[in-house]
Amino acid sequence: MSKSKVAILGSGNIGTDLMYKIERSDALELTMVAGIDPNSEGLRLAKERGYLTTTKSIDGLLEHPDKFDMVFDATSAKIHQSHSDKLTAIGKQVLDLTPAAIGPFVVPSVNLDQLQSEPNVNLVTCGGQATIPIIHAINRISPVSYAEIVATISSKSAGPGTRANIDEFTLTTANAIEKVGGAKKGKAIIILNPAEPPVIMRDTIHATIEEEGKEAEILQSIKDMVKEVQTYVPGYRMNTEPQISGKEITVFVEVEGAGDFFPTYSGNLDIMTAAATRVANELALQRAKEGVK
Amino acid sequence: MTNRSFEIVDVTLRDGSHSMRHAFTKEQVRETARGLDKAGVNYFEVSHGDGLGGSSMQYGLSKVNELELIETAAAECGQAKVSVLLIPGIGTKYDLNDAVKAGAKMVRIATHVTEADVAKQHITLARELGLKTIGFLMMAHMASIEKLVEQAKLFESYGAEVVYVTDSAGALLPHEVTERITALKNELSIEIGFHGHNNLSMAMANTLAAVQAGATYIDGSLRALGAGSGNTQTEVMVAVLEKMEYNTGVDLYKILDVANDVVAKYMPRPQEVTGSSLMMGYSGVYSSFLLHTEKAAKRFNIDERDILVELGKMKAVGGQEDLIYEVAANITKKKFAVAPKP
Repeated sequence: MSKSKVAILGSGNIGTDLMYKIERSDALELTMVAGIDPNSEGLRLAKERGYLTTTKSIDGLLEHPDKFDMVFDATSAKIHQSHSDKLTAIGKQVLDLTPAAIGPFVVPSVNLDQLQSEPNVNLVTCGGQATIPIIHAINRISPVSYAEIVATISSKSAGPGTRANIDEFTLTTANAIEKVGGAKKGKAIIILNPAEPPVIMRDTIHATIEEEGKEAEILQSIKDMVKEVQTYVPGYRMNTEPQISGKEITVFVEVEGAGDFFPTYSGNLDIMTAAATRVANELALQRAKEGVK
Repeated sequence: MTNRSFEIVDVTLRDGSHSMRHAFTKEQVRETARGLDKAGVNYFEVSHGDGLGGSSMQYGLSKVNELELIETAAAECGQAKVSVLLIPGIGTKYDLNDAVKAGAKMVRIATHVTEADVAKQHITLARELGLKTIGFLMMAHMASIEKLVEQAKLFESYGAEVVYVTDSAGALLPHEVTERITALKNELSIEIGFHGHNNLSMAMANTLAAVQAGATYIDGSLRALGAGSGNTQTEVMVAVLEKMEYNTGVDLYKILDVANDVVAKYMPRPQEVTGSSLMMGYSGVYSSFLLHTEKAAKRFNIDERDILVELGKMKAVGGQEDLIYEVAANITKKKFAVAPKP
């Protein structure tokens, strides 16, 4: 099978971690990493591992249009629109890991099959990737009227971008809980915990369902979903059995990272790069099947 | 009338929301606001216990939308101004805009003591909206004085006009309050505030220490209605500080009237130092975990104190109420190896 060629735009932490994850995919071939800072660890590692690198960011990528079919954008929301315009204009598919959210939200275990021909898809937020699969798992059995998630991450894993734009995290996540998770109303809360050693990402999902009586099916659906997410985030798990009380369901998950470029406690960063890689992988398989080049 | 020595900020209608399980009615808010205004309190706070947007399954759903409560309180104000609390990560800029439309004139932007930088966008907005803007460093016992000063300076740099040492766990002792307020007075040019909880019966002593070290904003609640063992009792604070010849600007009889004729009548239970709230102060646990811990302990038939000690060890921060159930479930798993009661 021919692999799809991909490039990474942005050589920061997210871009660097993506490199490791893409290397493990048998449907993707990483060819190029674009950054700005010639001294960045990301570009140094990329060069070491034999990828073509550029310090001219998007312009550097555009000099080699034959090198990739898909691009992971791990830069920032502010410049994502211009990156996306330039790349989609030459027929490249864009996976957006910034909070820009120009394209539709994608959560690979939920709605990937509906988005294969989209020129630009957005990976929501870490909290969204960790919780929306569970909301969907409940909603596919019994309609969810309200879902609320609480994401607790270690302070060390929250970068300056997240900190300066914490409202964008809560609002984007709440929006995706409704649009992708299927809840009629969504809410998101994020908590930063500075404890040392750093805490592993935890997420609590509170959901209200419209009718009681399908508890066993809901539990099974949640368990199936956890297994599905584990196929791309092996450290995704429930520490405690879900709590069901009348129409209220609470699910507790923990996300331990794979420890590629990030320390394992940064499950929040890991689940973003793992989800993005899964999305690209599925898109690549689809391309191969359809014979798209 | 001479100038006030400090501002007393009454938090009955915000911190008290925890004790009331977020079920304040408009009538209760109206009567309390009227009494506070008449007594001469300049600022009092009205919000869900966890701040704007706090109504949730995680913390408890508000019985009445907090915006309606803010509006109700603002309508009673002659000279007093309504403050709101906003915890970034829970509430958003949009919630603040709505609160201002409802009549809020002051906001306290609260973060964990080490995470002040998440508040920049909200402080900027608050100043743009013309609000009296205060930074609130919660769980102040969890950081060193150097860290506290560093974080308070961030608030100052974003435009906060006052920064608070917030003893959310009621864990600080008077000499620790003195050290913290003194350090902030020395290093910052804005005003300094103190918010206490009475879990170790230190709230009044801590407030006094804060005032003597130079704090000019101090929080209290009527009949101490607040999370954990409650806050420094507003009416006691007025009496003590008047006795020490400070000018509180608050009328003692009138503040006693609203405390006893209004608040005492709707309090679900007295604000005592119970075994559990004492353990919160002792282990440094966020005061609003109290009722959630009680519920989890009952469900799993275990000792509340074991849950609280474990939460303290885990260095849980404000807002992590979801951890309580998990900790209780794990204690049960280890101790009894039985399933919880349905």
